[in-house]
Amino acid sequence: MTTPEDLLRQCAPQVLGVITRRYGDFAGAEDAVQEALLAAALSWPAEGTPDNPVGWLIRVAARRMTDQYRADDARRRRELLAASWSLADPGPVPGQDDTLILMYLCCHPALAPGSAIPLTLRAVGGLTTREIAAAFLLPEKTMGQRISRAKATLKAAGEPFRLPAPGQRAGRLRSVLHVLYLLFSEGYTTSSGPDLARADLSGEAIRLARMLRASLPGDPEVTGLLALMLLTEARRPARTGPGGELIPLAEQQRGRWDRAMITEGLTLVTAALRHGPGPAGEYQLQAAIAALHDQAARPADTNWAGILALYRRLERMTGNPMVTVNRAAAAAMAGGPAAGLAILDSVAGQLGDHHRYLSVRAHLLEQAGDRAGARAGFQAAAARAGNVREQQYLITKAAQVAADSGPG
Amino acid sequence: MRYMLLQSYGPVESGCLPMTEWAPEDIKAHIEFQQALNQELADRGELVDAQGLAGPEQAQFVVSDGATAPVITDGPYPESKELLAGYRLVDVESAARAIEIAARASAAPGPAGVPIRQPIEVRQVLSAPDPEL
Repeated sequence: MTTPEDLLRQCAPQVLGVITRRYGDFAGAEDAVQEALLAAALSWPAEGTPDNPVGWLIRVAARRMTDQYRADDARRRRELLAASWSLADPGPVPGQDDTLILMYLCCHPALAPGSAIPLTLRAVGGLTTREIAAAFLLPEKTMGQRISRAKATLKAAGEPFRLPAPGQRAGRLRSVLHVLYLLFSEGYTTSSGPDLARADLSGEAIRLARMLRASLPGDPEVTGLLALMLLTEARRPARTGPGGELIPLAEQQRGRWDRAMITEGLTLVTAALRHGPGPAGEYQLQAAIAALHDQAARPADTNWAGILALYRRLERMTGNPMVTVNRAAAAAMAGGPAAGLAILDSVAGQLGDHHRYLSVRAHLLEQAGDRAGARAGFQAAAARAGNVREQQYLITKAAQVAADSGPG
Repeated sequence: MRYMLLQSYGPVESGCLPMTEWAPEDIKAHIEFQQALNQELADRGELVDAQGLAGPEQAQFVVSDGATAPVITDGPYPESKELLAGYRLVDVESAARAIEIAARASAAPGPAGVPIRQPIEVRQVLSAPDPEL
């Protein structure tokens, strides 16, 4: 069912595209559309949703722009005069193209992810500053400032409101995918206490990825990213216990995984891998790995050889030592802990102090029967963990290993 | 990334007198510096929260076993210098930026505008887990 909020959010990028084209001022237009959305949220429930919601929002946002220009100096007024010559109805709206232009703009490489993410949520996702601030546990004013600064940075970069030149699109698309991936990661977290609202961020990331895919249906990496999100999000209900504690993949109740999401994710990743030109990209490979996990009814049914092969390809493509750590974990499942530990040794110089390296190593030592080593490893990993749930999990593991080895 | 920048009642590296001994205009300049820094962090979209805490004289320590009446210790305390004086909670793009802010805070003006070189403890706030696990 479409709620009034859903409708507003769907209209947001289309309205912003029209207003930006009309006035040639993205920063001002973005503020005006935000105000129009707030006005709609107040008046639509009372007065009913207008027959043409997009037209309503365009009218209100345009009025805000005009008010703003009137309040500004004479130079700005002359600009308004010039702009008013084209104030006729915008005609057929290039909605999907505008969504894509907005995504390229908001995920501009000149912006740090911490700025690109909220700007994308507001300009493309149609969320209010208050909602975004709440999701990131920041004061509304601080978040508003961050978005304003992001727009000032874009203005300084002189980015026009149109699709990037064809030669630049691949690179710029990588930035968009990266920002959406980080947004998803931000939201993919626990389900308790103050973290609860953050679940919405994953949902927003999936919605934005769907919008991106609607604009670029033939791009296998866009499809791969959406598949990765769905195949990961599907496990959320099983990923935490009643107290918010982390439950690792091997111990999750797989019956609680979201079947519909898995089915959709599998269909998407299969299509991306089958139809994509050239070798599969990073997100497709990650989605394929998630798919193999999701397809196993029991942990013992997991196709570890397949996962290992995918990690090898991912490692060759990215050269990221963190992928090597994941490959080591898969290798241990496929061929025993010694195989995994040998792979870990190859990145000890780069990552030896990283909590994820230490944690995987401790798991493998535990599998190999080295309880003292495992316990020390879990403790070292806990001391370096960057998040509270993982720290609690690692401390608990260290204690369990100690208890299992018995007194003395 | 979120960082807590903590300052305690401990000695400052410049060796200047405690603030209660400063000239009023120096105190005013110091307070204005702190407010301006907070405003700047807010304008940059980095400030989550900044608070000063009531003095160590008003601090109380509470210990309880959950069954009997709690034991409440009032000041003064011999280790009051180790008590927290205030904090800034910032949300920044990198650890380097947190250090940069801490350096600014450390150089807050003291008597005659000389930087007090106050030690600032920089601690990362634990975040939510990443999706890899």
